[in-house]
Amino acid sequence: MKRIISILIENESGALSRVVGLFAQRGYNIDTLTVAPTDDDTLSRLTLTTQGDDHMAEQIVKQLHKLIDTIKVVDLTQGAYIERELMLVKIKATESEIRRELKSCVEIFRGHIIDVTPATYTVQLAGDSEKLDAFIEAVREMGIMEVVRSGVSGIARGDKFLRV
Amino acid sequence: MELLSGGEILIRALKDAGIKHVWGYPGGAALHIYDALYRQEDVQHLLVRHEQAAVHAADGYSRSTGEVGTALVTSGPGATNAITGIATAYMDSIPMVVISGQVPLTKIGQDAFQETDMVGVSRPIVKHSFLVTRAEDIAETIAKAYYIAATGRPGPVVVDIPKDVTDPSYQIPYEYPAEVKMRSYQPSDKGHRGQIRRAVRTLIGAKRPVLYTGGGVVLDNASEHLIALAKKLNYPVTNTLMGLGGYPGTDPQYLGMLGMHGTYEANTAMHHADVIFAIGARFDDRVTNDLEKFCPHATIIHIDVDPTSVSKNIEAHIPIVGTCNSVLPEMLSLIDQSETTPDSDAIAEWWQQIDQWRADKGIYTASRYEESSGNCIKPQDVIKMLYKVTEGKAIVTSDVGQHQMFAAQYYLFDKPRTWINSGGLGTMGFGLPAAMGCKLAFPDCDVACVSGEGSIQMNIQELSTCSQHNLPVKIINLNNAALGMVRQWQDMNYSSRYSESVYEESLPDFIRLAEAYGHVGMKITHIDQLEEKMREAFAMKDRVVFLDIDVDRSEHVYPMQMPGGSMRDLWLNKTERT
Repeated sequence: MKRIISILIENESGALSRVVGLFAQRGYNIDTLTVAPTDDDTLSRLTLTTQGDDHMAEQIVKQLHKLIDTIKVVDLTQGAYIERELMLVKIKATESEIRRELKSCVEIFRGHIIDVTPATYTVQLAGDSEKLDAFIEAVREMGIMEVVRSGVSGIARGDKFLRV
Repeated sequence: MELLSGGEILIRALKDAGIKHVWGYPGGAALHIYDALYRQEDVQHLLVRHEQAAVHAADGYSRSTGEVGTALVTSGPGATNAITGIATAYMDSIPMVVISGQVPLTKIGQDAFQETDMVGVSRPIVKHSFLVTRAEDIAETIAKAYYIAATGRPGPVVVDIPKDVTDPSYQIPYEYPAEVKMRSYQPSDKGHRGQIRRAVRTLIGAKRPVLYTGGGVVLDNASEHLIALAKKLNYPVTNTLMGLGGYPGTDPQYLGMLGMHGTYEANTAMHHADVIFAIGARFDDRVTNDLEKFCPHATIIHIDVDPTSVSKNIEAHIPIVGTCNSVLPEMLSLIDQSETTPDSDAIAEWWQQIDQWRADKGIYTASRYEESSGNCIKPQDVIKMLYKVTEGKAIVTSDVGQHQMFAAQYYLFDKPRTWINSGGLGTMGFGLPAAMGCKLAFPDCDVACVSGEGSIQMNIQELSTCSQHNLPVKIINLNNAALGMVRQWQDMNYSSRYSESVYEESLPDFIRLAEAYGHVGMKITHIDQLEEKMREAFAMKDRVVFLDIDVDRSEHVYPMQMPGGSMRDLWLNKTERT
């Protein structure tokens, strides 16, 4: 099962490599990883997605917590949560029919065309991972030149929050 | 305020951290630090012959005293040579700080001479690591390093210091932090009260209990509490390889070591137990055998300071995260207050059963191997003689292999911190440098390194260190002219094809080798010489004595768990199994 794990960690050199190294060392996979400083720039927030049963997820959370730099860890998939991912897609768009079809597809998915050349459209799309997957399938036949995905960012629904 | 350079600050901070001894080896990137060491007398440095030995010696010092060991090495090869020592300490949760010199900040990343990314290379085998980038940060980093190494589940911490950070021309005021506070690291020692109550109820209700205790009891100095608990309940105790000495080896309630080479009675009792109380032990694969078949009837209570060790290999029914030193006294007082008491009939019956197992197949109720005779000296008998000659009071270090298991089985450790071995990593070459660390800490105590002709050669150069720093350890070399444990496995699993496990005629003359280093060498080839020569060796209090003892080359370590079996599935000798 897919797990979304959020980590609050000291924004120090080496901290990220310890997280990534832990996954390699213990034989866990990282499907996506996003990391950036928070409003407090001494702290970084990581969101990490992986696959695993309850036992493995528990071990991952405990192992992450054991890292000295780690302040808080939570498996978001244990409760209600929101996930978002940003995607940029460059699509070959030379024929006018394709350009029209692509525009309507982008509207349906509530994306934006953020760059246009005579031969290409670049589309920006945000949403959960399944939505981005669906968009890729929808436009695959049109000729995808490049896909860039940010990886998942996640946050708990409601009153729960992760803060020092 | 006094102004100090980075190198001077480092040494002053070590002093203020309470460090009296540093094991190490100098080199380019560490020279500012070594110059600062030279100009003071508070911190004594012990020069070794190889950086791996520096770390093992600091490790032996730590294991025997409970204090944090310290090693100092230079960058590049100095740092990488230290890696095996650090990994050894990491696997056995030994508190230690390893300080490595690094190329100057301006050269980092340029493939400079003797540059290695020490923080990167050591990352998977340290509790934590620091790269210090300013002289202003040295004192605080050292304080943090010792705090992290010693608290929670202990472990090695690396502090990597670029050469320009210790530059003597840059001087700043020195101040050692009064206390260490880290928002991201707050180890807790108290166990959950509700869980502790549940554990006590389950423990009192047990009919076939076993206390299975590990290195955590030793590391946490919780031996007295364990003894009090076991005595109060009259329950049997078994120790892991790392836990030996945590419960007295000569006590009637002691079942011996458990696991791969554990006793029949300990492994069989575990298998049939209805309650297993794991205290500071981590269900290592060398204990459990096949996880699927592990102790099918048991409710598991588990105390460990490290949450990741709980329910990692074996699901704990009652997990308690906390230190042995805090949880055991709490349990004791709850047992005192409890209205129920253990079912004494059931416990008596359990003891009857265990005594039967002991009488049938135990290694302490009868000799389960052929006796030594003439030139055929049994390695087990050497360990028994060592026990007799040292009256069971020596600190015994070991290397890794058959000799290690014989020492673990036949030297009955009554006190914690007297059995010093590399249990988790299984590092050959550990024994001699670890013995140096123990001897430095306990100069008046007999320190014996039980080794083999394979292991001892992995750090034999330290015989020179023993001369320089006057560390008169005794080496008990069980010489069977082969990698005994490898050969045992080749006998059992590879139709005795001895692939690269025999030395043939290549072994050195250990007597002359010891003498070349200025020590005493003694050869023992006949069982009748054993006691006299060993007594002679231990009578030479101020000399290193290398006892090279020819032992039976065909001997195997038994009992031995059968692969893929449960705990009680054992080979008892070459032909008999359970």
